[in-house]
Amino acid sequence: MSIHLSRRGFLGAGAAASALLAAPMLRAQGKPRVVVIGGGAGGATAARYIAKDSKGEIEVTLVEPSKTYHTCFFSNLYIGGFRTWESLEHSYAGLEAGGVTVVHDMASGVDRAAKTVALAGGGSLPYDRLILSPGIEFVEGSVPGWSEADAGVMPHGYKSGTQAALKAQIDAMPAGGTFVMIAPPNPYRCPPGPYERISMVAHALKAKNPTAKILVADPKEKFSKQALFEEGWGKHYPGMIERIGPDFGGGNVEVRPGSMEVVIDGEVVKADAVNVIPAQKAGMIAAAAGLTADSGWAPVNAADMSSKMDENVHVLGDAAAQGDMPKSGFAANSQAKVCAMAVRGALTGSKVFPAKFSNTCWSLIDAEDGVKVGANYEATPEKIASTESFISQTGEDAALRKQTYEESLGWYAGITADMFG
Amino acid sequence: MTRLALALLLALAAPASADRAQVAAGEAAFRKCASCHKIGPGAKHATGPHLNGVFGRKAGALEDFRYSPDIVRMGNDGLVWDYEKLHLYLENPKTLVSGTRMNFRGVRDEAERAAIIAFLRAYSDKPSDIPESAPTNPGGDPQVAAAILAIQGDPDYGEYLSGECVTCHQVDGADEGIPSITGWNEDDFVTALHAYRAKHRANPAMQLVAARLSDEEIAGLAAFFAKID
Repeated sequence: MSIHLSRRGFLGAGAAASALLAAPMLRAQGKPRVVVIGGGAGGATAARYIAKDSKGEIEVTLVEPSKTYHTCFFSNLYIGGFRTWESLEHSYAGLEAGGVTVVHDMASGVDRAAKTVALAGGGSLPYDRLILSPGIEFVEGSVPGWSEADAGVMPHGYKSGTQAALKAQIDAMPAGGTFVMIAPPNPYRCPPGPYERISMVAHALKAKNPTAKILVADPKEKFSKQALFEEGWGKHYPGMIERIGPDFGGGNVEVRPGSMEVVIDGEVVKADAVNVIPAQKAGMIAAAAGLTADSGWAPVNAADMSSKMDENVHVLGDAAAQGDMPKSGFAANSQAKVCAMAVRGALTGSKVFPAKFSNTCWSLIDAEDGVKVGANYEATPEKIASTESFISQTGEDAALRKQTYEESLGWYAGITADMFG
Repeated sequence: MTRLALALLLALAAPASADRAQVAAGEAAFRKCASCHKIGPGAKHATGPHLNGVFGRKAGALEDFRYSPDIVRMGNDGLVWDYEKLHLYLENPKTLVSGTRMNFRGVRDEAERAAIIAFLRAYSDKPSDIPESAPTNPGGDPQVAAAILAIQGDPDYGEYLSGECVTCHQVDGADEGIPSITGWNEDDFVTALHAYRAKHRANPAMQLVAARLSDEEIAGLAAFFAKID
């Protein structure tokens, strides 16, 4: 506790000290420069808040290859037919209007000694502080027989903008066909995501292809919101979904994209649609910048999301190894605001308050049957630590579930406005 | 007493939020209304319109109910069911709206009217912001101590703290399943957050948010959001 308090004390008092440190830099180089890599929940929020709150005192550049962004959150609802593809799409015009320079290019490398970011399209961007929010990369070879080149045949649908291929496969399944999901091992983006996806696939099939079967091969003993999902599957989709856990070989899989086969614990299953969600690690640029540990994720200090490898670089969202927060858009948005405040404090001497994080994840099981899980977090010297949490209960009445679903719609509108302005 | 003087008196007497006993008394008194008016989740129109969200709403505003032309006209002329107007209407409907179809002799006892209004309001929390949603505040919030309501919030601190709110609540005041929190009366805002902190209001996500807000932080947030239209 005393360490904890002194850390907070340091942050609070740090404002004056960082103002002194920042002053010579301001004179030497003009405005301080922040480069943000990745325009998702972490990066877009951080860029927007730094530009907004520094009121022009900091030059903010966001590097993002896509011209528009499709949120991963709510993409399962697109698969279930509850959202249009267009409703998940967001432009960067609001960020630009808010004073962020958006560069549509790929960051190909970081020279941390020279403090520059190299762009795939040529040229480089100098920075005083760098913020990485690159999302995830798949661990090569984690699903034997599959590589990202096979995503056209066996899609992952687990990165921004890639869910349409998966929906097309589900829509094209023959009557009574088989859908197989290879679920990922921990830790991965969006812990309830694969299971919400199963629910949404079941919802879509129940309407159009009610004799179809869903098979989940899962290397994990248990999963997020398990009791809620299993209750919902029994209620809404009886007999449709079978999950094979590790006790029955769910972690021992091989896929054959050429013949659309999945081998689960030695048994060959002929499939009509296969969703492979491989093991994951931090987005490529984090490793290229030398910021990742053996785990594949980038360790950060909880108080300001700064990298444990480099105090001038911050890592947000799914790519960060931060402690107890799930890898979610909500969490990335929450971390981005803490990081934005810390970066602003370091570069302009603005006041820095103690870090506070929170997360809520909503999932949809069937029409108007929404559930949620949430927690508060605080920064400790070791990690972001959970302090208090809640979860929806089994057996809740339909009115409450509907309210929870409607709340999730409100959250989507809220967080996307908060990210993109 | 003139109508204006009565209105002023009622405005002064209007509580920032009702206590539970008053809401319970209002629920009991509402029985005399219940033969014509339904209220609560899923309530439908009967002889009279359902009363979810009536507090703070323009008179005659529900499109799927056939009101008397007088109610509709007065609504279009600016009649809003606020605390004062509900008091007048409940005391004697035809005094306020001569052509109303509501054949009801009125409630003479002022405390009983106040209780009925508190009960209606329990199903109308921030009705102007969440017209048809389920009540976030069934049963009325506990009274917050005057000393806490008197804290002058720092809106700048509130702006910093608001980062946590605007992940879900939209700054432009839009509401879709999550109520707008902009432009609230500060006392109402403080009372609502204290009710979440005391786990009196049910939403667990809001209980978590409120759990780690101090009285000063709540006041700061109230001051910040009150300024936003």
